[in-house]
Amino acid sequence: MTLVELAGVTYTYPGAQEAALKDVGVTILAGEMVVLAGLSGSGKSTLLRVINGLAPHFHGGSFAGEAHVAGLDTRANGPAELAAHVGTLFQDPETEVILGTPRAELAFPLENRGWGSGAVARAVEETALALGIEALLDRRSDTLSGGELQRVALGATLVGRPALVCLDEPTSQLDPVAGDELIGLLRRLNEDTDLTVILAEHRLERCLMAADRVIGLDRGRISFDGPPAEFLEWALTHAPRLVTPGAQMLAGVGLDPVAGVKAGRASLRAAGYRFGSKSGASEPADAPRAREPTEAPSTAQAPRTARSRRSRDSGDAPALRFVNVWHELKAGPVLLRNVDLQIAPGERVALMGRNGAGKSTLLRHAAGLMDPTRGKVQVAGRVALLLQNPGDYLVHDTVDAELRGRAASYEHFGLAQLAKRHPRDLSGGERQRLALAIVLGHEDDGPPPAVICLDEPTRGMDRAARDELCVLLRSYEGAVLLATHDPELAAEFAQRVVLLAEGAVIADGTPAAVLGGGIYFSTETARIRAGLDALDHLAANAALLPAQGVAVLKDARAAIRQVGT
Amino acid sequence: MIYRPRPSPLHAASAGVAILWCVTLLTAALVSANPIWLATLVIVVCGAGVLAGVSAQMLACLRFALPLAVVICLINALVTRDGLTVIWRFGDLPVLGQTDVTLQASVYGAVLGLRAVVIVLVAALYSVAVDPDDVLGLFRRFSFRSALSAAIATRMVPVLLSDSHRLADAQRCRPGAPAGRVQLLRATTAGVVDRALDVAATLEVRGYALAHQKPHPHQDFTDRRPTRRLRWRLSVGPARARATRQDLGFLASAVAVLVTTLLGRFLDATSFNAYPRLVLPGVAITVGACAVLAVVSLFPFLDRRGVGS
Repeated sequence: MTLVELAGVTYTYPGAQEAALKDVGVTILAGEMVVLAGLSGSGKSTLLRVINGLAPHFHGGSFAGEAHVAGLDTRANGPAELAAHVGTLFQDPETEVILGTPRAELAFPLENRGWGSGAVARAVEETALALGIEALLDRRSDTLSGGELQRVALGATLVGRPALVCLDEPTSQLDPVAGDELIGLLRRLNEDTDLTVILAEHRLERCLMAADRVIGLDRGRISFDGPPAEFLEWALTHAPRLVTPGAQMLAGVGLDPVAGVKAGRASLRAAGYRFGSKSGASEPADAPRAREPTEAPSTAQAPRTARSRRSRDSGDAPALRFVNVWHELKAGPVLLRNVDLQIAPGERVALMGRNGAGKSTLLRHAAGLMDPTRGKVQVAGRVALLLQNPGDYLVHDTVDAELRGRAASYEHFGLAQLAKRHPRDLSGGERQRLALAIVLGHEDDGPPPAVICLDEPTRGMDRAARDELCVLLRSYEGAVLLATHDPELAAEFAQRVVLLAEGAVIADGTPAAVLGGGIYFSTETARIRAGLDALDHLAANAALLPAQGVAVLKDARAAIRQVGT
Repeated sequence: MIYRPRPSPLHAASAGVAILWCVTLLTAALVSANPIWLATLVIVVCGAGVLAGVSAQMLACLRFALPLAVVICLINALVTRDGLTVIWRFGDLPVLGQTDVTLQASVYGAVLGLRAVVIVLVAALYSVAVDPDDVLGLFRRFSFRSALSAAIATRMVPVLLSDSHRLADAQRCRPGAPAGRVQLLRATTAGVVDRALDVAATLEVRGYALAHQKPHPHQDFTDRRPTRRLRWRLSVGPARARATRQDLGFLASAVAVLVTTLLGRFLDATSFNAYPRLVLPGVAITVGACAVLAVVSLFPFLDRRGVGS
């Protein structure tokens, strides 16, 4: 049964010069799980907003073509009418959970539709049980963590049992555990209840294995439509930035790219790679069809473990030091527990942990926005802090005014040509670069900061913008402390990873040591190659990124040949 | 300045009645310029805040409102040419021209400032003591079709506050001279509109505009007696189907405040003329009216039955 049918849809936001969607035609069947893939500005969110009726009913603008959802013409039926059939979950859970308690939040859409109190109570209870949020129902919404808020918002989306849910980067603010749980939950609902899911996501490695179909978008047009494996094959040549790390690794050793860890390992086994006892017996099988190895992207680099260890063990004064730092709220929980941490000058440290683990609090202590209740924070100079929302730094009318008339000197930030633009008109990546330039300051402001702290700077960013930010940060000579939920970013950028849980440091080591053997806090490459028999086990354990994974696989291939001879 | 459930009569009253009560206090402040009357209103609203258990929030709000009142007073004194009793001559000032500060303009400026304090305090009391979820439901009941207006009306204050805190933190992280207050205010306001749009989009996709349309087949009609349909339903949800004793108390208080205000005006007890000379009615009758106002405004707080400890 056809649930969504778009034909020749062209949509332009009010005041925009260019259409956000151009002649889009797509049909989605009931029970499909579809992933929308594309860089920022490709039209993923707009496509979802056309399906749920926000475009054009809420946003305005010009709309051409035909769009039918669950048999309703979206021109004639607005978001409220479509809400009975389409549930929508946006990116930011804080603006999606509107009411004071999750119980009221879940009841709200049903009350809007005129359900009686008995039916509402039953539906709320059942949905809460299905999503595992029954313990949260009567808590105040403002006491919930990001992951909990997102589950409550998902509950409010699903409580009316829509035939279709549209999700716009729902995992971008979630830690790896909550993100994987959410995708797993969607897959389970898709399989158990035939729920149709349309999911726009930047972190494709997280969701492709759960999808039946991928629709690629590029500058408002559909560039690809097919199964995930074919998408990855296509993306290797047409959209390299959309290729998942696991697929990059497989392609690097001449195998067909596949989505997900399980499929990746199966592909390696089928190609004759051996895995240790933990991963099951190796199963040499028919070699897959030959293909030319594809070079993995060169952005990857080997972990600079030696430098990191040297920095910490040397007698140099640290750039930033937390000495037994505690932060206990007067009538609340402990936010930081005895954090004892130091960061050497020039060291790049990634701070990871679940939502609410204390990452942002630690950064705020570093920058002096919060004071410890016990212990002390020592800094060897100024600390620049880039908070989660770069828009909070932007209060002037032009980029040049934000940089106090010195935009021309920020050529390497790519801001010189944006000098006359209004900060609110910039893309997410441009805003982030501008905010970074602001907090770093100009040489006239005094010496550069000794440490830059960044709080989830890449959330909601596509890989292109993320890579640009990494290049900028690498050019900075001071220490960098970066809180992130993205293990791929941590592995690529950091020399050291610190894992926090409930305000305490629970792991501190090289990326290989902390991310190498994990399930959630680990890269896709590491998860695929876990347990692989390799000649150089040390190198195998350190392989977190596709290029490193390719090297390890070649090493493993050599081992197999050695055994064979 | 965010709503938190508390065991107080005002918190226990339904949103519709609580809003009505707040509106009558605002009306009382707007219809009379008598300084004794307005000072009484300041005391009444502060007292209500204390009795509702939100004194800390009211105090914080007063810290913002008092300087505002002083500014209003100064501006009125400087720009108003009316009044016969000159208390200071500034001479010929740029832009303002010949500037004489009169006693009448100064007093009337103080009255305007006092009125502004009442308005700010009542708005603060509304924000911290009236459940925004109930207000949202109430708007739905009255078929407010615009989700954006509902989002702004019910979420403006908490969003404004959280955004201003975030913005202030970000500005503290900027090296060099901090941004000006006007720029910060503009950025905060723009941010509030952005956030209100996000919230409004969420309300739309949750079917907010569908309220009061056709009932869903799942709706249960277990109680369809005409009396039930006729009974007050001043708030949302089955638990609020009947008017509580707090509803009755605050409704009676609102009516009494309104009657007192109108009577005070009709009997000239709360009148005040600033120009050209200060003219106050008899102090006794004004004080009497103010005493009545204080009693009728605060009496619902005495009944704490059913609101918890």
